[in-house]
Amino acid sequence: MSSLDDLYRRVIMDHYQRPRNKGELDNGDISIELNNPTCGDRISLQMNVEHGMIKDAKFLGEGCSISLASASMMTESVKGLTIDQSLHLVDLFSRMMQGEEIDTEEFPIEDIEALTGVAKFPARIKCATLAWKALEKGVKQ
Amino acid sequence: MNPWKKDFPILFQQVNEHPLVYLDSAATSQKPNRVIEQVAAYYQGYNSNVHRGVHTLGTKATDAYEGARDKVQRFIHAKKREEIIFTRGTTTSLNIVARSYALVNCKAGDEILLSPTEHHANLIPWQQVAKQTGAKLIYMPLESDSTILLEKVRPLITNKTKIVAIQHVSNVLGTINPVAELAKLVHEVGGIITVDGAQSVPHMKVDVQELDIDFLAFSGHKMMGPTGIGVLYGKEHLLNAMEPVEFGGEMIDHVDLENATWKELPWKFEGGTPIIAGAIGLGAAIDYLQEIGMDQVEAHDRKLTTYALSKLQEMDGIRIFGPLENRMGAVTFNLDNIHPHDVATVLDSQGIAVRAGHHCCQPLMRLLGETATARASFYLYNDEEDIDQLVKGLQKTKEYFGHVFLG
Repeated sequence: MSSLDDLYRRVIMDHYQRPRNKGELDNGDISIELNNPTCGDRISLQMNVEHGMIKDAKFLGEGCSISLASASMMTESVKGLTIDQSLHLVDLFSRMMQGEEIDTEEFPIEDIEALTGVAKFPARIKCATLAWKALEKGVKQ
Repeated sequence: MNPWKKDFPILFQQVNEHPLVYLDSAATSQKPNRVIEQVAAYYQGYNSNVHRGVHTLGTKATDAYEGARDKVQRFIHAKKREEIIFTRGTTTSLNIVARSYALVNCKAGDEILLSPTEHHANLIPWQQVAKQTGAKLIYMPLESDSTILLEKVRPLITNKTKIVAIQHVSNVLGTINPVAELAKLVHEVGGIITVDGAQSVPHMKVDVQELDIDFLAFSGHKMMGPTGIGVLYGKEHLLNAMEPVEFGGEMIDHVDLENATWKELPWKFEGGTPIIAGAIGLGAAIDYLQEIGMDQVEAHDRKLTTYALSKLQEMDGIRIFGPLENRMGAVTFNLDNIHPHDVATVLDSQGIAVRAGHHCCQPLMRLLGETATARASFYLYNDEEDIDQLVKGLQKTKEYFGHVFLG
């Protein structure tokens, strides 16, 4: 099950079991809900933005280990970033999912690197990108 | 070995270095050599448009296409060949009934009775009808095992009921709905019944006259035929009174600059070049199924379902949805604490193909209290060995996640 181990790295299971930033913000500036209509995964993302900078982000979600771990990592990554910086990460993440070689050190947290294995499982890419799509939709609002 | 498996070449391959175990026939079935060969024979030997050319190939293609209609007629025991419309599939067939029958015949205050277990294909067209006409959607109550009880449905069928729309067999639970009884009840109040046969026609004998149903929709690809071909059966007097949904070539009788008239049944519903290769493939699939006999197809399905239910029930940490008996070949379940996508991915790494998701039944998922489930579904080419592999695969899945969670 070696390629499976590429998908389900320990750090992913850790984010899945102990998701960071799970919950709702009392008064989020941005609130967004997104579904993956083909499989039923769902994320509700809230963010506080001050002077073009993401101050806080929290999410609630239903889905598989990959989608929830990715949401956990995404919220960890974007805190303290400007809108433009966060959109750059959205693009970077999407390219990473297409199997492109990218510099994962551009992400503020190194855990993201664990998601590179998802690219080898085309059926699961949508699970990983859901939270990032929610981020993109949210900051473009 | 299963005596029919040899007819399905796709099954003899390795997937992720394991022999393929295909348990997703409720999504789409595999095709026997005969179907593949006859589709190829059409393209290699007599590809031509139908109903128009006087040339030899055109005549051959027309004979084959219309011959497939005769096969469908006999297969579901329709009174007349005119009652068989070729469509793109179950979804298209149900949409024709919704648009061409229901929109015209329903008005504000009328009721359309549905089961909450419906596939989206037999739900959303009726939502649209309700929105456009002011008719009301009424849902049958479900028992705790997700079956419907006729005694509880009976009071819901009143003279307001214009249409009962129901799946014959649930694609999630494998339950068999009492369509003959529902047909009788709705006919007593002057309404009609339209049946989604996508999961029943491939797996059991369906006789439209015996059931006395008004419309039946099903898909070729779930019954060993090609994708892109399906059937709408309708009683002749209903179809005759309905307007076509698609207008253009093939479906017309006389055309002038301002007006046109339609061909007679069944062609008035088949605008444009029809799905010739698909119909020929479907005809070949019907021949194959009938040679085996639908009674035997159904018995095989039920035997595997019973076996799967008994084996899966022995496992710890599994939830099986729906009743534990009298059901057809789809078994839906979840493992505790492991999302069905993760289950399906680990099974796939062992060559086992199952479906994970909401199975186009979001309202039913909510009733079950799940966002998604895993489903194993069977057909003629499966055997007990496949189910043993599934059980082993699920054990490994549990071990695998136990290891990553705890390790």
